[in-house]
Amino acid sequence: MTYNFTVSPDFNPDYLPGWFIFNTWLQKAIDEPIHLDLYNDFESQRKAISEERFDLVYANPYDATVLVREKGFVPVVCPMGAADEAIVAVHRDSPAKQVEDLNTDMRIVTTDDPDVKMMCMIMLEPADITRESAKISYRDTYVLVAKELIRGEADIGFFLEETYEDLSNVIRQELRPLVHSQIQLIHHVLLVGPRLAHKKEIIQQSLARMHAEEKGKGVVENLGFDAWKAVEQEETEFMIDLMDTLMAN
Amino acid sequence: MKDMTPDDIAGEYREATLQYHDGSKRLVYVTEVETPIPDGRLIVSRTDPQGIITHVNTSFVEMSGYREEDLIGVPHFILRHPDMPAAAFKDLWETVKKGKKWHGYVKNLRRDGGFYWVYATVIPNIRQGKLIGYTSVRRKPSRSRIKEAEALYATLQ
Repeated sequence: MTYNFTVSPDFNPDYLPGWFIFNTWLQKAIDEPIHLDLYNDFESQRKAISEERFDLVYANPYDATVLVREKGFVPVVCPMGAADEAIVAVHRDSPAKQVEDLNTDMRIVTTDDPDVKMMCMIMLEPADITRESAKISYRDTYVLVAKELIRGEADIGFFLEETYEDLSNVIRQELRPLVHSQIQLIHHVLLVGPRLAHKKEIIQQSLARMHAEEKGKGVVENLGFDAWKAVEQEETEFMIDLMDTLMAN
Repeated sequence: MKDMTPDDIAGEYREATLQYHDGSKRLVYVTEVETPIPDGRLIVSRTDPQGIITHVNTSFVEMSGYREEDLIGVPHFILRHPDMPAAAFKDLWETVKKGKKWHGYVKNLRRDGGFYWVYATVIPNIRQGKLIGYTSVRRKPSRSRIKEAEALYATLQ
């Protein structure tokens, strides 16, 4: 039986080859055939997830809530020391110096990344900006979000922090972070589904030590972080409780 | 819970005695000094089913003014400010005990007698159908929401 694996679409495109190499490494480590299926957008991936096509998902915190609580997935590992944080940025010449300087009817540009959108909308609450008061437009990538801000077609842009840091210097020079989140408790997590649950222990053990192995170290670094860390069920349940409170508006 | 001591208070203060739902009392000293939550922060805590604190994050510690070891194991009402009406907390507990989420604006008391306003969300933590505690997340509200809450709570005192 071939198992199916997918990755939350919010990773930096530079790491795309890294995920294919990782999948090859993982197949050897657990001696099972795994097919990696990547998506360009959250909506089509979410549809495939709802059809229960996947056995292994590197999920953003938003999707992790559904996969764990409704689909019987269990957490395996997460990136060591890497929390998901978001940045609300403006054009470098924007008169806004802090969130409370923003008007309620600002033009917001964002990707359809649900975590980033949620975190950034929370950060705008002190200015009374809501989904109803603002004009929100969506772009496929963070580079397009940045370009729209630079062209003055939007007042505020939402970014995943690590993706903002990966923007070119030329682009970042035209922008200014207005506020960045310091939540520290929300992160992506690799989950296994019911059909692959019998392999959870070996996957967890293999990934938790791969950074200490000569070949494995390079493979994990090509995903944009240094190491995987084993995650306990309760740790993920806590993160999901946290997500529940944030989504509960 | 121990009474507050004037030595810990920064600036001019007034005195109040809080009576909690469990019948206990606490003498508190209150100043008019506000410390707003810094932008981008979330204050996170967990309690057991009885409301005893079991976990706090760094933002909780910094905003409350207490040390982490002073917070773990004490009732969450260590943050209760005398300007908050008892009715608000009654509503909170009645809601979460039914297994539902609660939202509201809360004025919290700091160790130094000052205060900070939060928009709080509390949810019950259910594992295998059993309540194991509550998670609370608090974030920075807007000035307009704070004014609305102040006006409402003044009528409920």
